[in-house]
Amino acid sequence: MIPSTRLVPTPYLTLLLIMVWLMLQNSISLGNILMGIVLGIALPRLTASFWDKQPDIKRPFLLVKYILTLLLDIIIANYEVSRLVLSFRHKPKPAFVVYPLSITDNFAITVLTSTISLTPGTISAHLRPHEGTVLIHALDVDDTEALITEIHERYEKPLKEIFGC
Amino acid sequence: MDLRFALEVAVSALMIAGGIFAVIGAMGMVRFRDFYMRLHGPTKSTTLGVGCVLLASMSFFWLKNGHPSLQDMLITLFLFITTPVSAHLLTMSGLHHKLPSAPETKGQPYELDDEDDIARN
Repeated sequence: MIPSTRLVPTPYLTLLLIMVWLMLQNSISLGNILMGIVLGIALPRLTASFWDKQPDIKRPFLLVKYILTLLLDIIIANYEVSRLVLSFRHKPKPAFVVYPLSITDNFAITVLTSTISLTPGTISAHLRPHEGTVLIHALDVDDTEALITEIHERYEKPLKEIFGC
Repeated sequence: MDLRFALEVAVSALMIAGGIFAVIGAMGMVRFRDFYMRLHGPTKSTTLGVGCVLLASMSFFWLKNGHPSLQDMLITLFLFITTPVSAHLLTMSGLHHKLPSAPETKGQPYELDDEDDIARN
């Protein structure tokens, strides 16, 4: 969406830094905006050698939808885990599940594994990059196939469209 | 009942809800039986617990100063970025030390196999 230029090699990081700076200052004055722009340009350049190539956001509105779904799912996740903790009669059925990745971009994989950790009853335990799979620990699962399909349909497909990879 | 009182009640309710979620997350640590299951409590319930407290703090200062404080939203952002990373690192070190999983766990990843280690060495 935003092309990377020589002055701003990572435009989204720059944008994020400016926003974080303004939120930290809690004001939108000209001085703060200028300082934010200076930081937003200087910090990515100073740390450039640590950054992987960042993918472009192809579908920004889908990203907004993804974040809203994620927030809703986090609330559901909290409720589900709390219910499991409090129901003493129900024995949880934990499982290790190997999830096959179809995305290849490092940044998209990071977003996906973070999503898995934040959502209902699953934690990404180990990334196996040479196999293209993620080991997931699920807290209470009956059907591991259904879990894999759900993660694929709900999170991986939108991510694939958002980053176009 | 005036509006101010109603808002104060809402802030208090959020604080209490946040506290309850944090306690449930801590209870998960005690109740579950292996390392991997224990991780689920702190990564999930605590997120909502802290979220509720931050929401309460944000609306309180909105009420007090007349404008919302955005710093609280930043805490939420940083929390959502760092929680999965620390959970992932903890699980990875757990796998590295081959911590046993509960016997009813389905599936045995090769990270936990002893034979695999022998074959590699």
